[in-house]
Amino acid sequence: MDTVASQRHLLSAKDLSLSQILEILDTARELGRITDGPMKKLPTLRGQTVVNLFFEDSTRTRLSFESAAKRLSADVINFSAKGSSVSKGEGLKDTAQTLEAMGADLIVIRHSAAGAAQRLAESGWVSSSIVNAGDGTHEHPTQALLDAYTIRTHFPECENSFSGLHIGIVGDILHSRVARSNVLLLVTLGAKVTLIAPPTLMPVGVESWPVDISYDLDDALTSLDAIMMLRIQSERMSELFFPSEREYARDYGLGNLRLNLLKEKAIIMHPGPMNRGMEISAASADNRKSAILEQVRNGILVRMSVLYLLLGGNPIPVEGVLV
Amino acid sequence: MGIVLEQSDIDRSLKRISHEIIERNHGIEDVILLGIPTRGVTLARRIGAFLEAIDSLIPVGTLDITLHRDDLRLKAPKPLVGTHIPSGGISGKHVVLVDDVLYSGRTIRAALDAISELGRPATVQLAVLVDRGHRQLPIRPDYVGKNIPTNSHELVKVQLQEVDGIDQVEILSS
Repeated sequence: MDTVASQRHLLSAKDLSLSQILEILDTARELGRITDGPMKKLPTLRGQTVVNLFFEDSTRTRLSFESAAKRLSADVINFSAKGSSVSKGEGLKDTAQTLEAMGADLIVIRHSAAGAAQRLAESGWVSSSIVNAGDGTHEHPTQALLDAYTIRTHFPECENSFSGLHIGIVGDILHSRVARSNVLLLVTLGAKVTLIAPPTLMPVGVESWPVDISYDLDDALTSLDAIMMLRIQSERMSELFFPSEREYARDYGLGNLRLNLLKEKAIIMHPGPMNRGMEISAASADNRKSAILEQVRNGILVRMSVLYLLLGGNPIPVEGVLV
Repeated sequence: MGIVLEQSDIDRSLKRISHEIIERNHGIEDVILLGIPTRGVTLARRIGAFLEAIDSLIPVGTLDITLHRDDLRLKAPKPLVGTHIPSGGISGKHVVLVDDVLYSGRTIRAALDAISELGRPATVQLAVLVDRGHRQLPIRPDYVGKNIPTNSHELVKVQLQEVDGIDQVEILSS
Protein backbone atom coordinates (compact mmCIF):
# COMPACT_ATOMS: atom_id res chain seq x y z
CA MET A 1 0.00 0.00 0.00
CA ASP A 2 1.27 3.44 -0.85
CA THR A 3 1.20 4.97 2.61
CA VAL A 4 3.99 6.33 4.78
CA ALA A 5 3.42 3.49 7.25
CA SER A 6 4.47 1.00 4.58
CA GLN A 7 7.99 2.38 4.98
CA ARG A 8 10.06 1.84 8.08
CA HIS A 9 12.40 4.75 7.60
CA LEU A 10 12.58 8.25 6.17
CA LEU A 11 16.01 8.48 4.56
CA SER A 12 15.57 10.48 1.39
CA ALA A 13 13.00 12.74 -0.19
CA LYS A 14 13.23 10.60 -3.32
CA ASP A 15 11.67 7.64 -1.48
CA LEU A 16 8.41 9.54 -1.06
CA SER A 17 5.63 9.30 -3.64
CA LEU A 18 3.24 12.18 -4.29
CA SER A 19 0.48 10.54 -2.24
CA GLN A 20 2.86 9.89 0.67
CA ILE A 21 3.99 13.50 0.64
CA LEU A 22 0.38 14.69 0.69
CA GLU A 23 -0.39 12.21 3.49
CA ILE A 24 2.42 13.69 5.61
CA LEU A 25 1.36 17.28 4.86
CA ASP A 26 -2.37 16.61 5.49
CA THR A 27 -1.59 14.85 8.77
CA ALA A 28 0.67 17.72 9.81
CA ARG A 29 -2.10 20.22 9.13
CA GLU A 30 -4.59 18.24 11.18
CA LEU A 31 -2.09 17.87 14.01
CA GLY A 32 -1.61 21.63 13.87
CA ARG A 33 -5.32 22.24 14.11
CA ILE A 34 -5.61 19.97 17.15
CA THR A 35 -2.55 21.19 19.05
CA ASP A 36 -3.24 24.87 18.36
CA GLY A 37 -6.68 24.29 19.81
CA PRO A 38 -7.73 22.62 23.00
CA MET A 39 -5.24 19.73 23.13
CA LYS A 40 -1.67 20.96 23.48
CA LYS A 41 -0.30 17.51 24.08
CA LEU A 42 -1.47 14.21 22.62
CA PRO A 43 -0.97 10.75 24.17
CA THR A 44 -0.38 9.12 20.80
CA LEU A 45 3.24 7.93 21.24
CA ARG A 46 3.10 7.27 24.97
CA GLY A 47 5.65 4.67 26.00
CA GLN A 48 7.73 4.98 22.82
CA THR A 49 11.28 6.25 22.85
CA VAL A 50 12.71 8.63 20.28
CA VAL A 51 16.49 9.08 20.27
CA ASN A 52 18.07 12.18 18.79
CA LEU A 53 21.47 10.96 17.64
CA PHE A 54 23.42 14.03 16.60
CA PHE A 55 27.00 13.67 15.41
CA GLU A 56 26.95 17.20 14.05
CA ASP A 57 26.02 20.48 15.69
CA SER A 58 22.40 21.46 15.41
CA THR A 59 20.11 23.56 17.49
CA ARG A 60 16.89 24.05 15.61
CA THR A 61 16.53 20.62 14.05
CA ARG A 62 17.20 18.84 17.33
CA LEU A 63 14.85 21.13 19.26
CA SER A 64 12.22 20.72 16.59
CA PHE A 65 12.36 16.90 16.72
CA GLU A 66 12.43 16.97 20.50
CA SER A 67 9.46 19.27 20.68
CA ALA A 68 7.54 17.18 18.12
CA ALA A 69 8.19 13.94 20.02
CA LYS A 70 7.22 15.49 23.35
CA ARG A 71 3.95 16.90 22.02
CA LEU A 72 3.05 13.33 21.10
CA SER A 73 4.07 12.10 24.59
CA ALA A 74 7.08 10.06 23.43
CA ASP A 75 10.12 9.79 25.67
CA VAL A 76 13.11 11.61 24.22
CA ILE A 77 16.78 10.82 24.67
CA ASN A 78 19.27 13.33 23.30
CA PHE A 79 22.67 12.11 22.29
CA SER A 80 25.21 14.51 20.92
CA ALA A 81 28.64 13.35 19.90
CA LYS A 82 30.48 16.15 21.64
CA GLY A 83 31.56 15.13 25.12
CA SER A 84 30.27 11.60 24.60
CA SER A 85 31.74 8.16 24.04
CA VAL A 86 32.13 9.11 20.38
CA SER A 87 34.91 11.51 21.30
CA LYS A 88 36.56 8.51 22.95
CA GLY A 89 36.60 6.75 19.60
CA GLU A 90 33.38 4.75 19.60
CA GLY A 91 32.08 4.02 16.10
CA LEU A 92 28.57 4.40 14.70
CA LYS A 93 27.86 0.70 15.08
CA ASP A 94 28.60 0.50 18.79
CA THR A 95 26.80 3.75 19.53
CA ALA A 96 23.74 2.59 17.62
CA GLN A 97 23.67 -0.81 19.29
CA THR A 98 23.95 0.78 22.70
CA LEU A 99 20.92 2.95 21.94
CA GLU A 100 19.07 -0.09 20.62
CA ALA A 101 19.75 -1.90 23.85
CA MET A 102 18.28 1.08 25.69
CA GLY A 103 15.02 0.52 23.81
CA ALA A 104 14.90 3.13 21.06
CA ASP A 105 11.80 2.85 18.86
CA LEU A 106 12.94 5.52 16.45
CA ILE A 107 16.34 7.11 15.88
CA VAL A 108 16.69 10.59 14.42
CA ILE A 109 20.22 10.81 13.08
CA ARG A 110 22.37 13.69 11.91
CA HIS A 111 25.87 12.94 10.70
CA SER A 112 28.53 14.74 8.71
CA ALA A 113 28.94 11.77 6.36
CA ALA A 114 26.58 11.35 3.41
CA GLY A 115 24.73 8.04 3.64
CA ALA A 116 25.10 7.64 7.41
CA ALA A 117 21.34 7.30 7.94
CA GLN A 118 21.05 4.75 5.16
CA ARG A 119 23.99 2.76 6.55
CA LEU A 120 22.29 2.64 9.93
CA ALA A 121 18.96 1.61 8.40
CA GLU A 122 20.37 -1.13 6.20
CA SER A 123 23.08 -2.46 8.48
CA GLY A 124 20.82 -4.62 10.62
CA TRP A 125 22.50 -3.14 13.71
CA VAL A 126 19.23 -1.78 15.00
CA SER A 127 15.55 -2.59 14.58
CA SER A 128 14.32 0.96 15.18
CA SER A 129 12.91 3.24 12.52
CA ILE A 130 15.47 5.73 11.22
CA VAL A 131 14.81 9.34 10.27
CA ASN A 132 17.53 11.20 8.39
CA ALA A 133 17.95 14.65 9.93
CA GLY A 134 20.80 15.61 7.64
CA ASP A 135 23.69 13.51 6.34
CA GLY A 136 26.61 15.63 5.21
CA THR A 137 25.85 17.49 2.00
CA HIS A 138 23.45 14.77 0.88
CA GLU A 139 19.87 15.08 2.18
CA HIS A 140 17.60 16.55 4.84
CA PRO A 141 14.12 15.29 3.96
CA THR A 142 12.12 16.74 6.87
CA GLN A 143 13.41 20.22 6.00
CA ALA A 144 12.05 19.77 2.47
CA LEU A 145 8.73 18.58 3.88
CA LEU A 146 8.38 21.61 6.14
CA ASP A 147 9.29 23.89 3.23
CA ALA A 148 6.59 22.26 1.10
CA TYR A 149 4.13 22.61 3.98
CA THR A 150 4.96 26.30 4.27
CA ILE A 151 4.55 26.90 0.52
CA ARG A 152 1.23 25.05 0.61
CA THR A 153 -0.21 27.27 3.33
CA HIS A 154 0.53 30.33 1.17
CA PHE A 155 -0.86 28.90 -2.06
CA PRO A 156 -4.00 27.01 -1.04
CA GLU A 157 -5.03 26.68 -4.70
CA CYS A 158 -1.97 24.39 -5.12
CA GLU A 159 -3.03 22.02 -2.37
CA ASN A 160 -2.58 18.76 -4.28
CA SER A 161 -0.07 19.80 -6.89
CA PHE A 162 2.53 22.53 -7.13
CA SER A 163 2.28 22.71 -10.91
CA GLY A 164 2.22 26.35 -11.89
CA LEU A 165 4.45 27.35 -8.97
CA HIS A 166 7.97 28.55 -9.66
CA ILE A 167 10.41 28.03 -6.79
CA GLY A 168 13.91 29.49 -6.77
CA ILE A 169 16.70 28.01 -4.64
CA VAL A 170 19.54 30.46 -4.32
CA GLY A 171 23.10 30.23 -3.07
CA ASP A 172 25.34 27.47 -1.82
CA ILE A 173 23.72 24.58 -3.72
CA LEU A 174 27.00 22.64 -3.69
CA HIS A 175 27.07 22.09 0.06
CA SER A 176 23.34 22.09 0.63
CA ARG A 177 21.45 18.96 1.66
CA VAL A 178 18.41 21.21 1.97
CA ALA A 179 18.61 22.02 -1.75
CA ARG A 180 18.96 18.36 -2.76
CA SER A 181 15.98 17.21 -0.71
CA ASN A 182 13.93 20.19 -1.82
CA VAL A 183 14.60 19.56 -5.50
CA LEU A 184 13.50 15.93 -5.17
CA LEU A 185 10.37 16.77 -3.20
CA LEU A 186 9.30 19.85 -5.19
CA VAL A 187 9.72 18.04 -8.50
CA THR A 188 7.53 15.18 -7.22
CA LEU A 189 4.97 17.80 -6.24
CA GLY A 190 5.07 19.20 -9.78
CA ALA A 191 6.72 22.56 -9.16
CA LYS A 192 9.09 24.28 -11.54
CA VAL A 193 12.43 24.68 -9.74
CA THR A 194 15.27 27.00 -10.69
CA LEU A 195 18.66 26.74 -9.00
CA ILE A 196 20.51 30.03 -8.87
CA ALA A 197 24.17 30.22 -7.82
CA PRO A 198 27.63 31.16 -9.04
CA PRO A 199 29.14 28.35 -11.15
CA THR A 200 31.59 27.52 -8.34
CA LEU A 201 28.72 26.67 -5.98
CA MET A 202 26.82 24.42 -8.41
CA PRO A 203 27.28 20.68 -7.83
CA VAL A 204 28.97 18.55 -10.47
CA GLY A 205 26.37 16.93 -12.73
CA VAL A 206 23.65 19.45 -11.92
CA GLU A 207 22.74 19.54 -15.63
CA SER A 208 21.12 16.12 -15.22
CA TRP A 209 18.83 17.28 -12.38
CA PRO A 210 15.20 17.94 -13.36
CA VAL A 211 15.57 21.69 -12.79
CA ASP A 212 16.47 24.92 -14.53
CA ILE A 213 19.85 26.45 -13.80
CA SER A 214 20.67 30.13 -13.74
CA TYR A 215 23.75 32.13 -12.82
CA ASP A 216 21.83 35.39 -12.67
CA LEU A 217 19.48 36.03 -9.76
CA ASP A 218 17.84 39.09 -11.36
CA ASP A 219 16.78 37.05 -14.39
CA ALA A 220 14.58 34.69 -12.41
CA LEU A 221 13.58 36.96 -9.53
CA THR A 222 10.39 38.48 -10.91
CA SER A 223 8.77 35.16 -11.84
CA LEU A 224 9.33 33.36 -8.52
CA ASP A 225 6.48 32.40 -6.19
CA ALA A 226 8.86 31.35 -3.45
CA ILE A 227 12.52 32.12 -3.04
CA MET A 228 14.66 29.92 -0.79
CA MET A 229 17.87 31.55 0.33
CA LEU A 230 20.56 29.07 1.40
CA ARG A 231 23.18 29.74 4.02
CA ILE A 232 26.78 30.03 2.89
CA GLN A 233 28.25 27.03 4.72
CA SER A 234 31.70 28.32 5.48
CA GLU A 235 32.34 25.34 7.77
CA ARG A 236 32.25 23.05 4.73
CA MET A 237 34.36 25.35 2.55
CA SER A 238 38.02 24.53 2.47
CA GLU A 239 38.81 26.70 -0.52
CA LEU A 240 37.68 29.96 -1.98
CA PHE A 241 34.40 29.75 -3.91
CA PHE A 242 33.80 33.45 -4.53
CA PRO A 243 36.01 36.55 -4.43
CA SER A 244 34.57 38.29 -1.38
CA GLU A 245 31.56 38.28 0.87
CA ARG A 246 30.55 41.68 -0.36
CA GLU A 247 30.65 40.57 -3.98
CA TYR A 248 28.58 37.48 -3.15
CA ALA A 249 25.99 39.57 -1.33
CA ARG A 250 25.78 41.95 -4.27
CA ASP A 251 25.33 39.24 -6.90
CA TYR A 252 23.39 36.55 -5.05
CA GLY A 253 22.08 38.10 -1.84
CA LEU A 254 18.43 39.02 -1.33
CA GLY A 255 19.02 42.69 -0.65
CA ASN A 256 16.62 45.57 -0.36
CA LEU A 257 16.52 46.40 -4.08
CA ARG A 258 15.69 42.83 -5.07
CA LEU A 259 13.08 42.65 -2.31
CA ASN A 260 10.98 45.21 -4.19
CA LEU A 261 11.14 43.21 -7.42
CA LEU A 262 9.50 40.11 -5.93
CA LYS A 263 5.93 39.25 -6.91
CA GLU A 264 3.21 40.60 -4.64
CA LYS A 265 2.31 37.13 -3.28
CA ALA A 266 5.84 35.70 -3.28
CA ILE A 267 7.32 34.36 -0.05
CA ILE A 268 10.88 34.46 1.26
CA MET A 269 12.26 31.32 2.89
CA HIS A 270 15.49 30.36 4.65
CA PRO A 271 16.29 27.10 6.44
CA GLY A 272 18.31 28.94 9.08
CA PRO A 273 20.57 29.88 10.67
CA MET A 274 20.83 33.09 8.63
CA ASN A 275 23.91 35.15 7.86
CA ARG A 276 22.20 38.52 7.85
CA GLY A 277 23.84 40.88 5.40
CA MET A 278 25.34 37.98 3.46
CA GLU A 279 22.78 35.87 1.59
CA ILE A 280 19.84 37.82 3.00
CA SER A 281 19.50 41.40 4.19
CA ALA A 282 17.94 42.20 7.54
CA ALA A 283 15.07 44.00 5.81
CA SER A 284 14.31 40.92 3.69
CA ALA A 285 14.44 38.56 6.65
CA ASP A 286 12.02 40.73 8.62
CA ASN A 287 9.79 41.66 5.67
CA ARG A 288 6.08 40.76 5.67
CA LYS A 289 6.84 38.39 2.78
CA SER A 290 9.23 36.44 4.97
CA ALA A 291 7.95 33.00 6.01
CA ILE A 292 11.09 32.14 7.96
CA LEU A 293 9.49 31.95 11.40
CA GLU A 294 6.52 30.04 9.98
CA GLN A 295 9.03 27.48 8.72
CA VAL A 296 10.20 26.91 12.28
CA ARG A 297 6.64 26.46 13.54
CA ASN A 298 5.71 24.21 10.62
CA GLY A 299 8.83 22.11 11.21
CA ILE A 300 7.42 20.83 14.49
CA LEU A 301 4.11 19.85 12.86
CA VAL A 302 5.72 18.07 9.94
CA ARG A 303 8.04 16.15 12.27
CA MET A 304 5.10 15.18 14.50
CA SER A 305 3.40 13.86 11.39
CA VAL A 306 6.48 11.85 10.33
CA LEU A 307 6.95 10.34 13.81
CA TYR A 308 3.28 9.43 14.03
CA LEU A 309 3.10 7.88 10.58
CA LEU A 310 6.37 5.94 10.88
CA LEU A 311 5.71 4.58 14.36
CA GLY A 312 2.10 3.67 13.63
CA GLY A 313 1.36 0.30 12.11
CA ASN A 314 4.88 -1.01 12.56
CA PRO A 315 4.47 -3.72 15.13
CA ILE A 316 7.64 -4.97 16.77
CA PRO A 317 7.78 -8.76 16.56
CA VAL A 318 8.60 -10.35 19.90
CA GLU A 319 9.28 -14.08 19.72
CA GLY A 320 6.99 -14.47 16.76
CA VAL A 321 3.95 -12.77 18.28
CA LEU A 322 2.80 -9.26 17.60
CA VAL A 323 2.65 -7.16 20.72
CA MET B 1 -28.10 -13.32 9.05
CA GLY B 2 -28.45 -10.59 6.45
CA ILE B 3 -30.12 -7.25 6.96
CA VAL B 4 -31.10 -6.52 10.56
CA LEU B 5 -32.14 -2.85 10.32
CA GLU B 6 -33.71 -1.06 7.38
CA GLN B 7 -34.14 2.61 6.76
CA SER B 8 -37.44 2.88 8.66
CA ASP B 9 -35.95 0.96 11.64
CA ILE B 10 -32.91 3.24 11.79
CA ASP B 11 -35.21 6.27 11.61
CA ARG B 12 -37.43 5.04 14.44
CA SER B 13 -34.43 4.13 16.62
CA LEU B 14 -32.84 7.54 16.26
CA LYS B 15 -36.15 9.29 16.95
CA ARG B 16 -36.63 7.22 20.11
CA ILE B 17 -33.04 7.91 21.21
CA SER B 18 -33.71 11.64 20.70
CA HIS B 19 -36.73 11.45 23.01
CA GLU B 20 -34.74 9.48 25.57
CA ILE B 21 -31.98 12.10 25.56
CA ILE B 22 -34.53 14.82 26.33
CA GLU B 23 -36.17 12.73 29.03
CA ARG B 24 -32.96 11.70 30.74
CA ASN B 25 -31.51 15.22 30.83
CA HIS B 26 -34.82 17.00 31.69
CA GLY B 27 -34.62 19.04 28.50
CA ILE B 28 -31.59 19.61 26.31
CA GLU B 29 -30.42 23.04 27.37
CA ASP B 30 -26.87 21.97 28.27
CA VAL B 31 -26.63 18.93 26.01
CA ILE B 32 -24.10 18.70 23.19
CA LEU B 33 -23.62 15.83 20.74
CA LEU B 34 -20.18 14.61 19.71
CA GLY B 35 -20.07 12.17 16.80
CA ILE B 36 -17.14 9.77 16.39
CA PRO B 37 -16.01 9.66 12.73
CA THR B 38 -17.05 8.50 10.29
CA ARG B 39 -20.61 7.26 10.72
CA GLY B 40 -21.01 8.46 14.30
CA VAL B 41 -20.85 11.99 12.94
CA THR B 42 -23.66 11.29 10.50
CA LEU B 43 -25.78 9.76 13.26
CA ALA B 44 -25.06 12.72 15.60
CA ARG B 45 -26.25 15.14 12.90
CA ARG B 46 -29.45 13.14 12.41
CA ILE B 47 -30.16 13.02 16.14
CA GLY B 48 -29.43 16.76 16.24
CA ALA B 49 -32.02 17.31 13.50
CA PHE B 50 -34.63 15.25 15.40
CA LEU B 51 -33.89 17.16 18.62
CA GLU B 52 -34.32 20.44 16.79
CA ALA B 53 -37.67 19.30 15.42
CA ILE B 54 -38.88 18.08 18.81
CA ASP B 55 -37.32 20.67 21.09
CA SER B 56 -34.55 23.07 20.09
CA LEU B 57 -31.24 23.41 18.23
CA ILE B 58 -28.19 22.10 20.10
CA PRO B 59 -24.48 22.04 19.20
CA VAL B 60 -23.18 19.03 17.26
CA GLY B 61 -19.41 18.42 17.04
CA THR B 62 -17.02 15.69 16.01
CA LEU B 63 -14.36 13.91 18.02
CA ASP B 64 -11.57 12.11 16.13
CA ILE B 65 -10.09 9.58 18.52
CA THR B 66 -7.33 8.27 16.23
CA LEU B 67 -4.55 9.97 18.20
CA HIS B 68 -5.84 8.55 21.48
CA ARG B 69 -6.01 4.91 20.43
CA ASP B 70 -3.91 2.34 22.30
CA ASP B 71 -3.34 0.12 19.27
CA LEU B 72 -1.22 2.50 17.20
CA ARG B 73 1.49 -0.09 16.63
CA LEU B 74 -0.98 -2.76 15.59
CA LYS B 75 -2.83 -0.97 12.83
CA ALA B 76 -1.71 1.37 10.10
CA PRO B 77 -2.46 4.98 11.01
CA LYS B 78 -5.75 6.21 9.64
CA PRO B 79 -5.98 9.62 8.02
CA LEU B 80 -7.03 12.18 10.59
CA VAL B 81 -10.50 13.50 9.86
CA GLY B 82 -10.64 16.28 12.36
CA THR B 83 -12.05 17.21 15.72
CA HIS B 84 -14.54 20.06 15.84
CA ILE B 85 -15.63 21.07 19.31
CA PRO B 86 -18.61 23.49 19.43
CA SER B 87 -17.52 27.00 20.38
CA GLY B 88 -19.01 26.84 23.88
CA GLY B 89 -16.62 24.01 24.80
CA ILE B 90 -17.65 20.95 26.78
CA SER B 91 -17.03 21.96 30.38
CA GLY B 92 -20.17 21.74 32.49
CA LYS B 93 -22.14 20.30 29.57
CA HIS B 94 -23.92 16.99 29.19
CA VAL B 95 -21.91 15.39 26.41
CA VAL B 96 -23.59 12.64 24.40
CA LEU B 97 -21.05 10.61 22.42
CA VAL B 98 -22.53 9.07 19.29
CA ASP B 99 -21.11 6.07 17.44
CA ASP B 100 -22.48 3.49 15.04
CA VAL B 101 -21.44 0.18 16.64
CA LEU B 102 -20.39 -0.56 20.22
CA TYR B 103 -18.10 -3.59 20.31
CA SER B 104 -14.92 -3.91 22.42
CA GLY B 105 -15.40 -0.49 24.03
CA ARG B 106 -11.87 0.60 23.16
CA THR B 107 -12.98 3.41 20.87
CA ILE B 108 -15.10 4.81 23.67
CA ARG B 109 -12.22 4.50 26.14
CA ALA B 110 -10.10 6.56 23.73
CA ALA B 111 -12.95 9.06 23.37
CA LEU B 112 -13.19 9.43 27.16
CA ASP B 113 -9.45 10.13 27.28
CA ALA B 114 -9.79 12.77 24.57
CA ILE B 115 -12.74 14.35 26.37
CA SER B 116 -10.85 14.59 29.66
CA GLU B 117 -8.22 16.67 27.88
CA LEU B 118 -10.82 18.97 26.37
CA GLY B 119 -12.54 19.91 29.61
CA ARG B 120 -14.70 18.64 32.42
CA PRO B 121 -18.25 17.84 31.28
CA ALA B 122 -21.07 17.48 33.83
CA THR B 123 -21.83 14.03 32.41
CA VAL B 124 -20.71 11.92 29.48
CA GLN B 125 -23.35 9.67 27.94
CA LEU B 126 -23.14 7.20 25.10
CA ALA B 127 -25.56 6.64 22.24
CA VAL B 128 -24.99 3.85 19.69
CA LEU B 129 -27.05 2.55 16.81
CA VAL B 130 -26.00 -1.06 17.40
CA ASP B 131 -24.68 -2.78 20.53
CA ARG B 132 -23.18 -6.09 19.41
CA GLY B 133 -21.68 -7.20 22.75
CA HIS B 134 -18.18 -8.62 23.36
CA ARG B 135 -16.99 -5.80 25.59
CA GLN B 136 -13.34 -5.86 26.65
CA LEU B 137 -13.73 -2.90 29.04
CA PRO B 138 -16.31 -1.92 31.65
CA ILE B 139 -18.24 0.42 29.34
CA ARG B 140 -22.01 0.46 28.72
CA PRO B 141 -24.23 2.54 26.44
CA ASP B 142 -26.99 4.86 27.72
CA TYR B 143 -28.99 4.86 24.50
CA VAL B 144 -29.13 1.87 22.14
CA GLY B 145 -30.80 1.65 18.73
CA LYS B 146 -30.78 -2.13 18.75
CA ASN B 147 -29.05 -4.87 20.71
CA ILE B 148 -27.76 -7.46 18.27
CA PRO B 149 -26.10 -10.51 19.79
CA THR B 150 -23.26 -11.57 17.47
CA ASN B 151 -20.41 -13.99 17.21
CA SER B 152 -17.01 -12.37 17.28
CA HIS B 153 -16.22 -13.65 13.77
CA GLU B 154 -19.25 -11.86 12.35
CA LEU B 155 -19.04 -8.38 10.93
CA VAL B 156 -21.65 -5.69 11.57
CA LYS B 157 -21.84 -3.43 8.54
CA VAL B 158 -23.57 -0.10 9.04
CA GLN B 159 -24.37 1.90 5.93
CA LEU B 160 -25.86 5.38 6.00
CA GLN B 161 -27.33 7.46 3.18
CA GLU B 162 -24.95 10.41 3.57
CA VAL B 163 -21.81 8.24 3.43
CA ASP B 164 -22.78 5.05 1.61
CA GLY B 165 -25.87 6.03 -0.39
CA ILE B 166 -28.15 3.63 1.48
CA ASP B 167 -29.56 3.22 5.00
CA GLN B 168 -29.15 -0.30 6.37
CA VAL B 169 -27.39 -2.47 8.92
CA GLU B 170 -26.42 -6.00 7.98
CA ILE B 171 -24.50 -8.85 9.54
CA LEU B 172 -21.91 -10.61 7.43
CA SER B 173 -20.10 -13.74 8.46
CA SER B 174 -16.46 -13.64 7.56
